[in-house]
Amino acid sequence: MTATEFLQHLANGVSLGSLYALIAIGYTMVYGIIRLVNFAHGDLLMVAAYIAFYGILLFSLPWPLAFIVAVVLTTLIGVTIERVAYRPLRDAPRITVLISAIGVSFLLENLGLVVFGGRSKAFYVPPFFAAINHIGETAVPNLVWFIPLVTVALLLILMHLLYRTRIGMAMRAVARDLDTARLMAIDVDQVISFTFMVGSSLAAIGGLMWGLKFPQINPLMGAMPGLKCFIAAVVGGIGNIGGAVVGGFVLGVGEILLVAFFPELAGYRDAFAFILLILTLLIRPTGLLGERVAEKV
Amino acid sequence: MVNKRMRLLAWALIGLLVLTTVGCAQKPAEPQKPGESQAEGDVIKIGVFEPMTGDSAAGGQMTWEGIELANKLHNEVLGKKVELVLVDNKTDKNEAANAVIRLIEKEKVSAIIGSYGSSLSMAAGPIVLEKKVPAVGCSPTNPLVTKDNPYYFRVCFIDPFQGSVMAKYAYEDLGAKTAVIVRNVADAYSVGLNNYFKEAFIKLTGDEKSILAELDYQQGDQDFTAQLTSIKKLNPDVIFAPGPYNDGALMIKQARGLGITAPFMGGDTWEAPEFIQIGGKDVEGVTLSTHYSVDAAPTEAAKEFVDAYKEKFNKEPNAFAALGYDAYMVILDAIERANSYEPTAIRDELAKTVGFKGVTGTITLDENGDATKSAVILQVQDGVFKYLTTVEPD
Repeated sequence: MTATEFLQHLANGVSLGSLYALIAIGYTMVYGIIRLVNFAHGDLLMVAAYIAFYGILLFSLPWPLAFIVAVVLTTLIGVTIERVAYRPLRDAPRITVLISAIGVSFLLENLGLVVFGGRSKAFYVPPFFAAINHIGETAVPNLVWFIPLVTVALLLILMHLLYRTRIGMAMRAVARDLDTARLMAIDVDQVISFTFMVGSSLAAIGGLMWGLKFPQINPLMGAMPGLKCFIAAVVGGIGNIGGAVVGGFVLGVGEILLVAFFPELAGYRDAFAFILLILTLLIRPTGLLGERVAEKV
Repeated sequence: MVNKRMRLLAWALIGLLVLTTVGCAQKPAEPQKPGESQAEGDVIKIGVFEPMTGDSAAGGQMTWEGIELANKLHNEVLGKKVELVLVDNKTDKNEAANAVIRLIEKEKVSAIIGSYGSSLSMAAGPIVLEKKVPAVGCSPTNPLVTKDNPYYFRVCFIDPFQGSVMAKYAYEDLGAKTAVIVRNVADAYSVGLNNYFKEAFIKLTGDEKSILAELDYQQGDQDFTAQLTSIKKLNPDVIFAPGPYNDGALMIKQARGLGITAPFMGGDTWEAPEFIQIGGKDVEGVTLSTHYSVDAAPTEAAKEFVDAYKEKFNKEPNAFAALGYDAYMVILDAIERANSYEPTAIRDELAKTVGFKGVTGTITLDENGDATKSAVILQVQDGVFKYLTTVEPD
């Protein structure tokens, strides 16, 4: 394998990995704050992509506006889901909420099939993202550097939010101990609503990026990314935002290099992701970067 | 407090249960004695299992359009009304098997049409064989669908022919001396067609090494950049990548993004509007083989079909709609000759189908239950599939 070819593979891997990372951040943040693996996270990607699709197609919105509308509406839907499906179960055992999350995921997928139809649709890719740059012999579409940029930007914003703002402090307090936080006059419900707001908007942005990278959307498009990014979050250390980014990159680059070096194993690409998950849970259950927020005592 | 919450949870679960049952009404029915599936009252039922959702949704829906149209135009046989029962197989092999069980045991259909996707048809094969209800596939092209299964028929050609058509086109018309093949390892159609292409291409070039590489991917993969980067280095004259249309469109888009300029070729599954919508200008010039084109020499039966189709759907029919129409008509023809609604009697007459004048050509079912028909080659030009040529079977 030549250096150029390897660089091309690496560029492919980073591009895919940053997309995984972007979605994994939202997953892991919600988990970090309220200990819920939000299985509906992946399906919110799909919702966002469809809203943008219909915004452009039916309402002839310019694409930046359609993307903003998609993020805002998906955020509202995310908060509504929390209100309807998770809040009533606040004091229930954790497994109950988890099952509720799986239910929401199925609901969104099947609702999508009924409302949007089963046939896949072509997602609009603005010419800017499709344009290709050549660095030496390595071809790099604009999207390839744009997605990592978005991921890093959102990571920094989220870090700032969590560690430099009042609401961030409240979120960390809720993560540490929900009951004590409530005793300290923190409006826990509001904080959790806000957490879902942030989580859903991250999912929405992830969905739009997914649509740009793989411009084919269908109601089940969120299922596999949801699982993959869950794996990325666990590999990095679920609950740890930096870890989600690391996990995303490990998974994305790993998948690409696996296919690059062992083409005959290409059919086992998803298996690779799940084996990575199993190995992580066996060898280092806290993930690569461990967990920054201490477990409740 | 706890009671209230528990009750709430219970209601939520009940709601969920109802929703999922409604969403996927695919429960296998209570067992029934086989062979009971005669027409009741004034209605005879023909079951249809097609992928209406999932990765092959476009294929299933286009086929269904043709079947539905045929039923609308010809809804009576032996004095009884023909009722179609459609079950979505969700582009899933397990669902396909469930769908057929449901059609036979619960709906008691006399015959079955389906399915787009060889893997899906193959999942149903052992069931129709065991329950002795004949099935007619519209477009599953893998030879294994009908092999050793006297209850499975099809109205389309099979992949050894389709593979040779494309190999010949690549070698003779494109002047290709080398090729790379890319296959979806979970898809019997993709794997099979690639093998037949490979055989034919090696025979034509006389060079064992003319296939530079065979690359794999898995169902559901959307990122093909790793495979494509390897292809770029090999610099083949042509890339053959038959498989689901979504995969093909995404793959070609990514290939062009990586600077690969070699022409792409595929099989009949690529003939879906989605292929062009998703692929956009990147799929311009792509060639593929399929079963039928409105621009090819029209058959007599085609006229009625094309006119009715245009009137109903306001667009030109493609191969899948035409094959759906033909499959339905072939079954009706067999029922008439059998003068019976009994599935086994229908099977016996289906096997004797000779020279049936269909939309897609003359259909004669051989000892395997396959039709021998010509193929057409299409090319994407200015965002539509343009007819290039017709290739007759040897």
